[in-house]
Order: sequence, then structure tokens, then C-alpha cells
Amino acid sequence: MSLKISNSVKGKTAVLKIDGEVDMFSSPQARNAIMELVKQRVPKVIVDLSEVSYMDSSGVATLIEGLQLCHKYNGKLVVAGLRANVREVFELTRLDKIFQIFQDVEAAKTNG
Amino acid sequence: MTKIIVLNLTSDPPLLSVMRAAVSKVCEIAGFDAMDTSKIILAIDEACSNIIRHAYKGKGGQSIRITCKIKPTKLEFILEDEGEPADLKKIKSRPLDEIRPGGLGVYIITSVMDKVKYADGLEAGNRLVMQKSIPKDKK
Repeated sequence: MSLKISNSVKGKTAVLKIDGEVDMFSSPQARNAIMELVKQRVPKVIVDLSEVSYMDSSGVATLIEGLQLCHKYNGKLVVAGLRANVREVFELTRLDKIFQIFQDVEAAKTNG
Repeated sequence: MTKIIVLNLTSDPPLLSVMRAAVSKVCEIAGFDAMDTSKIILAIDEACSNIIRHAYKGKGGQSIRITCKIKPTKLEFILEDEGEPADLKKIKSRPLDEIRPGGLGVYIITSVMDKVKYADGLEAGNRLVMQKSIPKDKK
């Protein structure tokens, strides 16, 4: 199934909202959306995962790539709104120690 | 008594969501809770993705057979494909302190499942057997 992806850039912050199941079929879509923001060198990218009902390692890989590319230009990529099963993937792969994870987009805007 | 469900799908990534829905039901019948179910789905999904990516090199329309066996004390999945046999010496998870995209699938599979065994010496294709014990209070 394809993802629904929207983004809004305000000032130095972009919120990228992903809706759907992120797997090997759909993760290229998420990657393209993140790469678009990376190309623009947006200082802070908040990936809103509140509507992501499933994520596999290809989704995680996409986020790692985005994080590393943002770091190259001193930007930030943070994630927000993880459901329990998605958070479990982060914890299983110990990426909860690497990513800044926020309860929701508002918390990410304020604290991230 | 062992209950058996056999899923046949082709190596087309859009079908993974169908597989996940079916595996979810299998886990429910076996008595796993929601969190264990989501982990098991993830492990089977990673294994299927590896078949598509490595055994079939991304080629669609090829056979993947998943046999699910609900036994009294464990849930067993047997994944069979007719693709390029994997070099078993090269199947390993990467260290988690290497922060880079990719290479997490095998780590996830071995972390989630209690037993993971790739069949050796097949004439063609691959066969992967994975088992997860059913917690006693859930049987």
C-alpha cells in the first residue's frame, strides 16, 4: 500500500507527516520525501509517525539515512508520535538511543 | 494437535501487507498478545523481504511459501523459496553500534524468534524455519 505523505515548512522547521505502513514497498516514498527536505537543507526535520501503523527495517534505514544526511549540514531530524509497535522496532534495534523521540509534533517543536 | 496454515504468495512487495494480516491472525489463534504479535509479524516480514531482495534479486512473480504450524507449545513458520541459495556463512546481523542504514533484518529475526535455522545443502532455493514458544499462560 502506498503512503500518504505531507509536509509543511515553516521557518527553520519542516514537519513531514507519514500515514500508512512503511515497508520495503513503500519506504522509497518516505525516502524521497526526506531527501527533498535534505536537499533544501532544512535545519530541523520533524518526522510525524503518529499515523504509521507499521514500520520494518527498511523504514528505519530510511530514517537513519535522513538523520545522517541532516547531521552533515548541522541539521536535525527527530521523530514524533510513535505508536507502541513502531517504538518497539526502535527499541529492538536500539535506535531509541540514537534518535530524539518525542510524544508528538508539538513537543518536538518546543523541545527538539 | 497441530494446526497448519499455508500461505502462497509471489515475490511482489505490495503483497507483504496481505502476508502481515494473515500472520497477525495466526498469532492471535496461537494466543500471543498484541506486542508479541507485532514482533512476530516484523520478523516474518523481514524474512520475506530478504527473500525478495536477495534470493530473487527484486524480481516479482516468484514463489514464496509460508507454512505456519500452531503446535501446543510453539508457533513455527517455514519459509521456502526457489531463488538463489543463500551463502549461509554470509548471513549475519551487523553490530548495532554501527549506525548505518540497512543490515538490521537478520538481527530483528534472531532477536524476536526463539529458534532460527536455515536449511543447509538444498539442491535449489532456500528454507528457513523459525519458532516462537507460546507463553504457558496464553495457551
